[in-house]
Amino acid sequence: MAEPADKKRGTSPEKPKPAGYFEGETMTRRTVFALAGQAAGGVAVAAVALPVVGFAVAPIFDRPEETWEGVGSPDDFTEDTYRQAVITIVDGVGDSGKTTVYIRRGSPALDEDPNEFIAISTRCAHLGCPVRFVRAAGNFICPCHGGVYDFEGQVIGGPPVRPLDRFQTRVTGGTLEIGPRYSVTNDLEPVRARDPGEYTGGIWEYLYPPRPTTAPPPN
Amino acid sequence: MPKLPSALRKPSKPGERGNGARRNGGATGEPEAHPVRGKVKEGAIDVVGWVDERTGASPFLTGLLLRKVPKGTNWFYTLGSATLFAFVVQALTGVFLAMYYVPSATEAYESISHLTNDVFLGEFVRGLHKWGATMMIILIFLHMGRTFFFGAYKYPRELNWVIGVVLLILTLVMGLTGYLLPFDNRSYWATIVAMNITASGPIVGPYLADFLRAGSEFTATTLPRFYSIHMLLVPGLIIALIGAHLYLVVKLGTTAPPWLRAQAKPKSLREEKVG
Repeated sequence: MAEPADKKRGTSPEKPKPAGYFEGETMTRRTVFALAGQAAGGVAVAAVALPVVGFAVAPIFDRPEETWEGVGSPDDFTEDTYRQAVITIVDGVGDSGKTTVYIRRGSPALDEDPNEFIAISTRCAHLGCPVRFVRAAGNFICPCHGGVYDFEGQVIGGPPVRPLDRFQTRVTGGTLEIGPRYSVTNDLEPVRARDPGEYTGGIWEYLYPPRPTTAPPPN
Repeated sequence: MPKLPSALRKPSKPGERGNGARRNGGATGEPEAHPVRGKVKEGAIDVVGWVDERTGASPFLTGLLLRKVPKGTNWFYTLGSATLFAFVVQALTGVFLAMYYVPSATEAYESISHLTNDVFLGEFVRGLHKWGATMMIILIFLHMGRTFFFGAYKYPRELNWVIGVVLLILTLVMGLTGYLLPFDNRSYWATIVAMNITASGPIVGPYLADFLRAGSEFTATTLPRFYSIHMLLVPGLIIALIGAHLYLVVKLGTTAPPWLRAQAKPKSLREEKVG
């Protein structure tokens, strides 16, 4: 029942052999040229598409330079309440690159070093609206969805999933300087900065891998 | 008078032929009632015939414009066309708004303010774009509802439903990216929140948000990026998918409303053949 092999391949004796046919060929000339044409087209598309995609995606891997901005003398800040300062975190976008920071001195009553400074970010850990420190209540309150944080920035109400972020601080030449942002766990341990809405503890934190765009946390 | 290509000619009405009525002005050799109008008509038909001979477009246009529709077709069947019209309005007004808009974080608000308050009819064109966006979202949902409740998504039209859902998502992306462009406080904070919602998606969320913002914070690149997505990337995809959507509508035909199909005898239950 088996047909001759050459008949199966469509080169039965009735049909003339294609130009360039030789005994034992595995690919016709036509197939070779078709494959070569498709390969050339693929190379041409890749030569354009890969650089363009890389060009659009590159910012994911780019970490901006650390900036430190002075906010005044360390003596201006006390341990029992916050003072506001406005710093620029992104250049070239006018007022939208500025953010408010609440700063105080470390409080021995809260088991903190009085020579350290706490700089709380106003970016709500729910979805990033700006929180406000309400002096009378001693709490940070978010206007958007009702997130409430205590004096240390720990969540005491509403939807936020972690405490308020902080900024690194240092004193240089008698001036208190504010540096890169970092996030904290529920025990206020520093971790790499995360976007609002992302957990910093429990198994959920593994849903949010670290991003190359953020600075590593302070020691 | 030259003849139109057969596909473009009006089909004769019942009783029109063979009862002595004239077929057309030229064939019976009668003089045109109005010589100037006759010449104009003749010239127009000459042009149509010339183009048709070189493109073969008339069978295609006949299939597109004069296709048969099922009994019971009603006003609900115009919602898709209405959505398409809303999209065309958005595309046209968007092109002209782009003539005045500056996609820069420091100048965007000023340029919007200028085009709204100073440019002749600027408020009207911007209003069309703004309210047209809302209109398009409403119409696309009504169109989707019509398709769902009339069962028009069923075999063999499932692929068109899928394309339609992708078009719905792309339309919502247009709404999201367009919202940032006026760059007032509302736009800015709405976008901050939207980016943070994106970032809270598991695994890919943080990287996707970094991609959209071009960094971990809202930077000088973010606004041009949204602008490019809003006016180039997504509209291109929408136009291509609308083409595929309409091709399938014409190819497969439309469905009769469900209440007609319930009354129909089994013998008349058949797919409409068009084109």
